[in-house]
Amino acid sequence: MGSITLQKVSKSFGTTSVIPEIDLDINDGEFVVFVGPSGCGKSTLLRMIAGLEDLSGGRIVIDGKDMSNEAPAKRGLSMVFQSYALYPHMSVYGNIAFPLKMDGQDKAAIDKKVRDAANILNLTNYLDRRPGQLSGGQRQRVAIGRAIVRQPKAFLFDEPLSNLDAALRGNMRLEISDLHHQLKTTMIYVTHDQIEAMTMADKIVVLNAGRIEQVGSPLELYRNPRNLFVAGFIGSPRMNFIEGAHAATLNAATVGIRPEHMRISTTEGTWPGTVGVTEHLGSDTLIHVQSDGIGKITVRTDGDFPVEHGQKVFITPEERRVHRFDANGQAIQ
Amino acid sequence: MATHQTRATARIMMSPAVILLFLWMIVPLVMTLYFSFLRYNLLMPGTEEFVGFLNYKYFLTDPSFFTALGNTLTLVGGTLLITVIGGILLALVLDQPFFGQGIVRLLVIAPFFVMPTVSALVWKNMLMHPVNGLFAWIARSFGFQPIDWFAEVPLFSIILIVAWQWLPFATLILLTALQSLDGEQIEAAEMDGAGALSRFFYLVLPHMSRAITVVILIQTIFLLSVFAEILVTTNGGPGIQTTNITYLIYAQALLQFDVGGASAGGIVAVILANIVAFFLIRLIGKNLER
Repeated sequence: MGSITLQKVSKSFGTTSVIPEIDLDINDGEFVVFVGPSGCGKSTLLRMIAGLEDLSGGRIVIDGKDMSNEAPAKRGLSMVFQSYALYPHMSVYGNIAFPLKMDGQDKAAIDKKVRDAANILNLTNYLDRRPGQLSGGQRQRVAIGRAIVRQPKAFLFDEPLSNLDAALRGNMRLEISDLHHQLKTTMIYVTHDQIEAMTMADKIVVLNAGRIEQVGSPLELYRNPRNLFVAGFIGSPRMNFIEGAHAATLNAATVGIRPEHMRISTTEGTWPGTVGVTEHLGSDTLIHVQSDGIGKITVRTDGDFPVEHGQKVFITPEERRVHRFDANGQAIQ
Repeated sequence: MATHQTRATARIMMSPAVILLFLWMIVPLVMTLYFSFLRYNLLMPGTEEFVGFLNYKYFLTDPSFFTALGNTLTLVGGTLLITVIGGILLALVLDQPFFGQGIVRLLVIAPFFVMPTVSALVWKNMLMHPVNGLFAWIARSFGFQPIDWFAEVPLFSIILIVAWQWLPFATLILLTALQSLDGEQIEAAEMDGAGALSRFFYLVLPHMSRAITVVILIQTIFLLSVFAEILVTTNGGPGIQTTNITYLIYAQALLQFDVGGASAGGIVAVILANIVAFFLIRLIGKNLER
């Protein structure tokens, strides 16, 4: 059990409003990712759900009970912090056992639960070590272990992978997804990295300046972004936006087309242009083209496409994959 | 920096300071050692002669030596107890955000700037005086018999004065340690269901243990040689109830004019201080290694 409902939740520090008013439903067992640029209020929102930050208005309902003014420990949630926040003078065992000890459970029960958690997270050989003697990934796993032993209604992750190197981040992403399938517990995950959001989420909540821009499954957001912000934020490399005369011919203020939804050719096509920088990723090649009358456009093509700096090329967008936006940045259906 | 020339130059450049510091330390020590083996009484000039370990024998078999040793340890222990516990509590209070925090912090640190003789005089005449003192006035206004501090609880009075002086030091060190505690750790403990007391005992106290060790080590070094407060207030009395080793040596040298005996006492004090330091480092040195 772990459904969370936010009703008109708002937060302001003094006179500055950080989160105006948010309504959101999170179903039991869902993996929800809050994504947005730095300072968009996503961490604040998470901390409000955790109870570490007071609400300025609205209600937080967990499993049908109003928990708006309940202490963090009473909400039955556990949190994994960005800095892991492990207790440095306790062993791995002590860290994982701490919430159970605070709960007043007996030694045998604690021991069993800690060993189970350590087993799930491959920490069995490290139980006697101190956090200072562990690598970044292992510390991360201890922090997760400390979260799962309490069998919470939901897990809250606050940018948990941002301190890890790229390879480890990929691994931990898989491990957390695995864990979610194993435990089937609600998880709320905050990140500014849209790749983490796309790969892990059942439901993505895109936040901008404290407002929810769009809620939906990763592919829904990718295929039908509701506005310019979501269109630009989801997808990597980001969507090309074209304004001006060309947009006007399609009855839009701005049109957007993703790099992977264009064909590039050296002989014929709609938009002529000159090749600037090319980034060879092996599997694909990203080509930055300066197109006449349209501007800079990024195109993704397969890794074997032969192209040189300064070469003349032609780009053809796939017409049905073009997104149109009005003057307010809202999508035109 | 690693060539032979630069290393040699560095040594030559450093040597004046090192040599000066070495002489500064070694000359008084050697002279004290030398005097401690002489019969050297200022009242009998010209009769100095080598007497072997006689001075040590007299000093160590003097009954007041053991009283002084006990007083010294009580003074150190009592002051440490008050300053460490009081320092932790004060640091916890000062770490909270409140109006006028900056000024209050400054006021808390103030006693450290008052010189020992002055603070002892203030305590003796303005606070603890059985007739004119503030404490006596408070006691009387509640209808109690005022305490004659230096007559009834002399050693405790000295401990109070010294603790008052050292409390700011402990508070300051412990406060900086407290401020370096990661806020997310506390929040994590909050989510783990730890109450304020559990958070203190499981997180804050272990985090401060290194700072507490530093406070104990540094204070012990200074508290073993408390002198001004005793001289100004009780003169070691009543009887020898507030005489510590330092004061005993002073009395030997400048009240009985026995320089030889006092020198022997000084060497004994050095050895005692080293023994205390040895056990202290053994006991809490583990804390510093981490």
